[in-house]
Amino acid sequence: MFRPRPDSPEATVAVTVEGRTVRLPTGASAAAAILAAGWRSIRETPVSGAERGPYCMIGVCFDCLAEIDGVPNRQSCLVTVRPGMAIRRQRGARPFPPPHAGEG
Amino acid sequence: MRRYDAIVIGGGLVGSAIAYGLARAGLKAALVDEGDVAYRAARGNFGLVWVQSKGLGAPHYQRWTRLSAEEWPGLAGELQARTGIAVGHARPGGVHLCQGEAEFAARAAVMERMRREAGNFGFEYRMLDRKEVAALLPGIGPAVTGASFTPYDGHANPLALLHALHRGFALRGGRYFPNSRVEAAEAAPGDFRLRLAAEEIGAPKAVLAAGLGNAGLAPLFGLRAPVRPQRGQILVTERTRHVLPMPTTTIRQTVEGGLLIGDSQEDVGFDTGQNPAVMKAIAQRAVRSFPWLAEVQIVRAWAALRVMPPDGLPIYDQSERCPGAFAANCHSGVTLAAAHAKALAPMIAAGALDPMLDPFSARRFDVPAAA
Repeated sequence: MFRPRPDSPEATVAVTVEGRTVRLPTGASAAAAILAAGWRSIRETPVSGAERGPYCMIGVCFDCLAEIDGVPNRQSCLVTVRPGMAIRRQRGARPFPPPHAGEG
Repeated sequence: MRRYDAIVIGGGLVGSAIAYGLARAGLKAALVDEGDVAYRAARGNFGLVWVQSKGLGAPHYQRWTRLSAEEWPGLAGELQARTGIAVGHARPGGVHLCQGEAEFAARAAVMERMRREAGNFGFEYRMLDRKEVAALLPGIGPAVTGASFTPYDGHANPLALLHALHRGFALRGGRYFPNSRVEAAEAAPGDFRLRLAAEEIGAPKAVLAAGLGNAGLAPLFGLRAPVRPQRGQILVTERTRHVLPMPTTTIRQTVEGGLLIGDSQEDVGFDTGQNPAVMKAIAQRAVRSFPWLAEVQIVRAWAALRVMPPDGLPIYDQSERCPGAFAANCHSGVTLAAAHAKALAPMIAAGALDPMLDPFSARRFDVPAAA
């Protein structure tokens, strides 16, 4: 669906989207990586489970939420790719954070 | 000039709940809303339907709040049935978390005094020790010494409530005037005329529910509303799976999963700006209550102005100079929505406030000067 512009810099940064490696130019966003990898959606909404993917690309719509390097619900359009980054689907609401309060 | 049975000035939660109640009582009502230039407390609400700390030293306020909490399930069901809008009301009870022994002791004293002041009316509460709180809520921090619990507390989605009240009002034949500042008002007994931007309207009854705007409007109607702004700031997190089984005084989880953290009380005039130092203090206290919150991302934050009478209690009043004019002011538009729609509006429709509301008159501020 998306391909790099002919004048874009060389794609040198390798990241994985759901385990598949894709290369992006330096400075590209994780959302661009999702689109470059051919994914139309990268999350399911917490309420209805509907599919969502990168849309506004400027940090406003929150539709590009993804798990990035193990951290859930990151706005992937605001995260710059770095070598080895692992981008995964965000399935619904993030899991309950583990309580750390011992016996409570 | 178009005439109505009643005109409500103010399209926020207080005004729309009263207008909904008037329309529900069969009145042909107009709801006049200034627009987004107003301070819009109803857009910044936290969303608690909160009873447990309301009315210390003012049992009439406790009773009024309790009445509203009792009527809330009925209002939520009725709005859902009539408008199709779910307002997300739940009443699982609520807790006030205490950090440190001194806070716990002070809270226990407050709750016992609330019970005594309730008299025969009763006031069920429990002080929970740390172990009991740990069994009730996930992952409390070491700073938590205990909590007070009452079964009366709950929460709702304030924006859905506002939407449902407006729609319910319109479906009952109410006429909504958006972007309509009151340019001029003429008040005579049983005869009120308002000039709006585009037209003039009149009615034998007028209800002032314009929040902070009431301070300026009230004198035109022979009323007083000495309200001032008090700022509150709220932080909102990303949506998480359901973790909090009930709201606390300052943290609640919405139906959709976002966590709201709030409740600053700042005296900064009409400044709706946010303040990083206050946001930090809110976040730090929340993390001391629930250390796992530190890992949850904040996605939004905002500030809004509460509508504060001098003693923090609501103002309900009727004009002696111009009978037919009423004023309503409070900082608990969500909690008191059911009382406003189902108890206050019928009184206004009938033409006079019930004596149970006498203690809420602004006449309480007319303290004679010391000799």
